[in-house]
Amino acid sequence: MSLLDWLTQALEVIVALAAAPLFLGWINQCRAWLQNRRAPSLLLPYYGLRKLFHKDAVIATNASPLFRAAPYVVFGTMVTAAAVIPSMGTRLPFTDAADAIVLVGLFATARVFLALAAMDVGTAFGTLGARREMMIGFLAEPALLMVIFVASLITATTTLPAISERLALQELGLYPSLAFTAVAFTMVLLAENARIPVDNPATHLELTMIHEAMLLEYSARHLALMEWAAALKLFNYAGIGFALFIPWGVNMGAGPLALLASVPLLALKLALAGAGLALVETVSAKLRVFRAPEFLATAFLLAVLGLLVHLLLRAA
Amino acid sequence: MPLRRWLNEATPLPGAPRARALTVDADAWREAARAVAAAGGRSITLWAAGGGRTLRAAFATGPGVLVLSLPLAAGAETYPGIEDLFPCANRLQRAVADLSGPRSTDTDTRPWLRHAAWPADYHPLVAQGGPAAADGTAVEVYPFVRVEGEGVHEIPVGPVHAGVIEPGHFRFSVVGEKILRLEERLGYAHKGIERRFQSMALLDGHRLAARVSGDSAVAYSWAYCQALEGMAGTEVPPRAVWLRALGLELERMANHLGDLGALGNDAGFAFGLAQFSRLKEQLLRATEHALGQRYLFDFVVPGGVGVDPAPEALRALGACAEDIQREVVRLREIYDEHAGVRDRFNGAGTVLPELAARLGLTGLAGRASGQAFDLRCDLPCEPYTELRPRMVVRGEGDVAARVAVRFDEFVESCRLLGEILAHLPDGPVRVSVETPAEGAFGIGLVEGWRGPVFVALEAGAAGAIGRCHPHDPSWQNWPVLEHAAIGNIVPDFPLINKSFNLAYSGHDL
Repeated sequence: MSLLDWLTQALEVIVALAAAPLFLGWINQCRAWLQNRRAPSLLLPYYGLRKLFHKDAVIATNASPLFRAAPYVVFGTMVTAAAVIPSMGTRLPFTDAADAIVLVGLFATARVFLALAAMDVGTAFGTLGARREMMIGFLAEPALLMVIFVASLITATTTLPAISERLALQELGLYPSLAFTAVAFTMVLLAENARIPVDNPATHLELTMIHEAMLLEYSARHLALMEWAAALKLFNYAGIGFALFIPWGVNMGAGPLALLASVPLLALKLALAGAGLALVETVSAKLRVFRAPEFLATAFLLAVLGLLVHLLLRAA
Repeated sequence: MPLRRWLNEATPLPGAPRARALTVDADAWREAARAVAAAGGRSITLWAAGGGRTLRAAFATGPGVLVLSLPLAAGAETYPGIEDLFPCANRLQRAVADLSGPRSTDTDTRPWLRHAAWPADYHPLVAQGGPAAADGTAVEVYPFVRVEGEGVHEIPVGPVHAGVIEPGHFRFSVVGEKILRLEERLGYAHKGIERRFQSMALLDGHRLAARVSGDSAVAYSWAYCQALEGMAGTEVPPRAVWLRALGLELERMANHLGDLGALGNDAGFAFGLAQFSRLKEQLLRATEHALGQRYLFDFVVPGGVGVDPAPEALRALGACAEDIQREVVRLREIYDEHAGVRDRFNGAGTVLPELAARLGLTGLAGRASGQAFDLRCDLPCEPYTELRPRMVVRGEGDVAARVAVRFDEFVESCRLLGEILAHLPDGPVRVSVETPAEGAFGIGLVEGWRGPVFVALEAGAAGAIGRCHPHDPSWQNWPVLEHAAIGNIVPDFPLINKSFNLAYSGHDL
């Protein structure tokens, strides 16, 4: 482990923390443009966080310590996840601490705490949101695992930086299995990050909410952490997507210059991904809640198809 | 006794076209109501006048409007309920009990407009002064109808919502996501408009009428002025009448544009909201340019209209409407062809024509459920007798049908706007109105964008308002929304609710 590796590791986490709200702001800006609206400031999510951190928290009298602890747990898991996703370099000291399956487990941990906290105060909407979130989660997780398994089969490893490195270094060619899984992954990303068509991050209609319904009782610093964590989750998913499907342009042990070059490349990837995400969200309407399982079943099916295609092609 | 005979007995009533009034006793009250129901008539409203001692009910029938008056005998505290004939009478009768005192003989005696804000024995429309001991800390106990069974639970929503929207409480009984029953509790926006009317002069009341429900300002102020001018015997100049129709159609167009955008947004299709908001804004600006106000609160005044628009401003308004219509036709194609939007709209919140007829669904939502009733066609006042609007009726009764009716009505209103601008008569736009004598009684009835808007006006002493009862079509349609939600899933309710887009302020008064 060289000093550069540790530097990369630190940079990964710091950049994720700092850039996640920016990524969200960029998506919102693209959405506004696509809808012919004047866009809000790119920095709006930061202003929102600053505002929330300066407020006094209001907590329901019957809230248990779990309710107070959940924001820190959720935020913590997202930061940990950011540490093992190779967004700028693959030689990460934390690589061996958590492979891709643990990564899915980290997301699941955050989900469990979020859902428990939502039910803790006992309002109708929190329970409603938690119920829907668990429904989405138990369908999205297998699809995500299946996506990772395809990449694992190709590269014969389950740690994400290693997968990414081997995908980048193997000879350039079309991988039909990865094409299937890329579509599946995009669908999981939309569902897991409360984006249209599964959930609507901009809605004020409490009866239709999934993610927002779980946060209704939170205020001030707790809400800020939850929102920051949500932005981090989206950033992490984008990072996983880059690692699996466009793994080039990160430092694979080439030295400080490669690390330096990876920063603008990451920005470029995020800008393109954000614009694409905004486009998908603009041309879609929100699905009826009972269509969400179909949506995620399709994602799972595509991932399984990717797996089968891989096995078939390798056998041939 | 058939309806014809009741109408023959009745005497003409000033104001709305073909209106007749009849004073009845308690037996005849129900008999006449039964005759109206048997003839396929609709209940417009029910209210108490004369210090809470006279019950009045208005009905729209094929041959015209019939207003029944039932003076209560001395000492009588109840009158025969008509909920079995007209289900929407349930809440109207409960509101009468809250505001004026007399109770119906029907079984539902829960308060409707009264929350814990004033005591049960205080009746704001009858009492002098405020309640004896206003207790701000009283907690309301309102027995909602409970649904029992395995896995059934309740979701209480509102009156404080997650967004900045109007207050209403919705109690859902659900299994999983499926709605078994919805019960509404309204009245949170009650602000004593009817009592406020009683402290105003007859010739000033149109200003408050316009503010009963902000989205129907022209409809309310026109209905008020129609009643007042009928009572005073005023002949409104033709140009003013045509300009009123212009204002009413502009109001309809602006509201339909706003709703179409909001419906897209509630389906998660924010593109629709952005586009329709832009078009609505264009129309409001053109309206302001031509008529001086974005929303026409002080446009309709007793004896005519408040402004005489310049010809070039009207031309610009017509050109703007044509531009908007072109874009709306294009946007309709997008709504119609978007699979996601269609999936959300089709089959959501269905009210079949039979149910709509039984519950008395009216106005725009009624026409989406096969209820072919539009005052502009069925009981037209000037200038609709000449304009001859085409009525838009659909039979599906779902959100998609209510969207389609809005699109079709928008196009029809654009056509009417063109007709009005092409044939607008010259002449004065306002004449003076005599103050009606004490005891004069008239009604106004105008098809607002949401449905028939009704105003009953009685003259008091010295040019004051004796009693003014404005009625919003939302009273008829709120109870139907409870039925429309049954069997749908909880997250579809906001979309269904928006497709009706009923008034809170106009209902709660």
